[in-house]
Amino acid sequence: MAAVQDHGHSHGHDDHHPTGIMRWITTTNHKDIGTMYLWFSFAMFLVGGTLAMGIRAELYQPGIQILEPELFNQFTTLHGLIMVFGAIMPAFVGFANWQVPMMIGAPDMAFARMNNWSFWLLPVAATLLVVSFFVPGGAAAGGWTFYPPLSTQGGLGVDMMIFAVHILGASSIMGSINIITTILNMRAPGMTMMKMPLFVWTWLITAYLLVLVMPVLAGVVTMLLTDRHFGTSFFNAAGGGDPVLFQHIFWFFGHPEVYIMILPSFGIISEVIPAFSRKPLFGYSSMVYATASIAILSCFVWAHHMFTAGMPVTGQLFFMYATMLIAVPTGVKVFNWTATMWRGSMTFETPMLFSIGFIFLFVIGGFSGVICAIVPIDIQVQDTYYVIAHFHYVLVSGSLFAIFAGIYYWLPKWTGRMYNETLGKWHFWLSMVFFNITFFVQHFLGLAGMPRRIPDYALQFADFNMISSLGAFGFGLTQLFFLYIVINCIRSGEKAPQKPWEGATTLEWTALPTPAPYHSFETPPVVK
Amino acid sequence: MSQESGHYYVPAPSGWPIVGSTALLFMAFGAALTMNKMELGYGLLAVGFAILIYMLFGWFGTVARESESGKFNAAVDRSFRWGMGWFILTEVMFFAAFFGALFYMRVFSLPWLGDADHSLLWPDFVAEWPTAGPGTHEQFTPMGAWGLPAINTLLLLTSGVTCTLAHWALQAGKRESLKMWLLATIFLGVLFLGLQIYEYGHAYADLNLKLTSGAYGSTFFMLTGFHGFHVTLGAIMLTVIYFRCAAGHFTPEKHFGFEGVAWYWHFVDVVWLGLFIFVYLM
Repeated sequence: MAAVQDHGHSHGHDDHHPTGIMRWITTTNHKDIGTMYLWFSFAMFLVGGTLAMGIRAELYQPGIQILEPELFNQFTTLHGLIMVFGAIMPAFVGFANWQVPMMIGAPDMAFARMNNWSFWLLPVAATLLVVSFFVPGGAAAGGWTFYPPLSTQGGLGVDMMIFAVHILGASSIMGSINIITTILNMRAPGMTMMKMPLFVWTWLITAYLLVLVMPVLAGVVTMLLTDRHFGTSFFNAAGGGDPVLFQHIFWFFGHPEVYIMILPSFGIISEVIPAFSRKPLFGYSSMVYATASIAILSCFVWAHHMFTAGMPVTGQLFFMYATMLIAVPTGVKVFNWTATMWRGSMTFETPMLFSIGFIFLFVIGGFSGVICAIVPIDIQVQDTYYVIAHFHYVLVSGSLFAIFAGIYYWLPKWTGRMYNETLGKWHFWLSMVFFNITFFVQHFLGLAGMPRRIPDYALQFADFNMISSLGAFGFGLTQLFFLYIVINCIRSGEKAPQKPWEGATTLEWTALPTPAPYHSFETPPVVK
Repeated sequence: MSQESGHYYVPAPSGWPIVGSTALLFMAFGAALTMNKMELGYGLLAVGFAILIYMLFGWFGTVARESESGKFNAAVDRSFRWGMGWFILTEVMFFAAFFGALFYMRVFSLPWLGDADHSLLWPDFVAEWPTAGPGTHEQFTPMGAWGLPAINTLLLLTSGVTCTLAHWALQAGKRESLKMWLLATIFLGVLFLGLQIYEYGHAYADLNLKLTSGAYGSTFFMLTGFHGFHVTLGAIMLTVIYFRCAAGHFTPEKHFGFEGVAWYWHFVDVVWLGLFIFVYLM
């Protein structure tokens, strides 16, 4: 459909908008908003990363060195919350904002003004989280899952966290409704559902998950709030409630949430691998069905996070088998990516390197996930560093590596300039090596029984912890190097052609100049 | 429809979102401080709420003006329909969390509290719903279903009918009848709220049933309370629609502002039916 940009006079290709800071505060443009999402996410990535550095510095040696236990707990809690809600999720919404309209031939997002609000709620929530460190009693310290009864204790910081979660939820809900509506209603003529790029498909399904589970999170933190301040007994056994009830409701949100953080990365990987293999994606429709299957299954596996909390054996069996079933559609995806590369004329630019790294490391994280799903093993490794290693393999070398792949892949389209390929490759290899130094040894720590969220440990864990910490410092520094690469690209990169990637086939490369104009597709392209 | 009927309307840069964010910033800090008994909180909360009201007036007013000046084509209308539909789904899921808590307590945690393990801790506890839990010693009387709640059910269901009658009148171009049925719907909604407040008073004064009355009190007041809050929002939205109708807004063909509110009102109805069955009856 054609679009009219409302700026008070005749529409055209002129870019009328306020300048300076007001441009960013008032913008209704999906590209501006996408850019803000991405920068915000990177800023939060640095904040969450600083907390991680603090954690690893404390764990560098046994004993208490730099963080008192109470502060250490605040660091682990806020590291998790900030990385999940502040870094990974907003980064993917940033990608959706930039890419979805361009990839389906739409003029903008369906609700352009609400889109602005979805973004500008995030700094509010981030302020609440960061400021909570400095209020009396400090930040929330009960872990990012804020289980009661720990979270029914605590002071002002816990309430600030609860309201931050409410606001983040509102932002996510508005963002996802916007994305669903854009995809369902604003595709260019001829862009049928089964012609949509896989990135768009994965985001459509992710957005469905978000509207299903974010309100449940809002509900459960509301119960927490009334238990804390208004005398309700949802999570209080003396009043007939149950602390485990919190875990059920939380993980009904929480497990789909982990797929919310991985499905869009599947989408990015599914764009990058065909482009650099110079072959169409193998098994497109099976990819769509696999994504949908993962999303549906993800709503029925939540209690695998709670095997040790006490539940009937039937429950344990059901959640164990349901969880292992997810490996099937995930396997379909890994097979399809591999089959896409099979006999392709492959090249290994940075996006492709990150994608291949993603496949290797995500599969390791996937396998350790299947291991954790097995009840007798999970009872052994519950709350140990094995679990930490598992979910960092899917979240860092999964979601984050896919974000890096996507950034390098689309940076030329966004900025009009090429990044420095040599530096990009350095970024990949340094990330790859340091990531594995940091997290691979944590499998051993966990199997040997080192508990998570504890600032001190027995002497037997000292060597692996030192290795892990050194890896973490390297990984952290490498991400500052990434910041340099991006700024270098924006300021002095070489001019990028319309389609720098030979094998790219989606609309943003074939139908739009580089850099993408401020308003794209005011007249819709026709997709054959 | 203007001559731009083929165009999807993309609004100009707008200040309303940042105003809304500012409001939530004040409200979140205000609420957090208030709940921790810090004086500053009340002021922040009040300021935030005032900014929020200002934002709602300004933002919805802008959308209404855009709509009336014919800037929204059929595609925009479809977007609004999708958007409202998904928004209502999120509301359903919000209530689902509280219904889930209710079912979990009744089916799982309450029998567990009465089992052999717990009889050592609480030998006198009888695990029967309604309960205030083994550790609460105050007695209460649960809310019966066939007094006010039954009347309230009737009121809300009737309001669903009057809302539909208003819609038919709008489609038939009968503006006077439209306004009359809308007023009737708002009246029934407000009456419902009045009775609900009376019921709460009755619960606190006569039944000793409070928010602090354990599992029963928590689920009863949180579920009916959030429902009542949604009825309040719905009634406010209907009132706005009434004034828009009185100002000559909407045409028999194009009136999604009205329809969206009507959807919301029916959603609130359906939630009440769930409440009536699972909170009051069973």
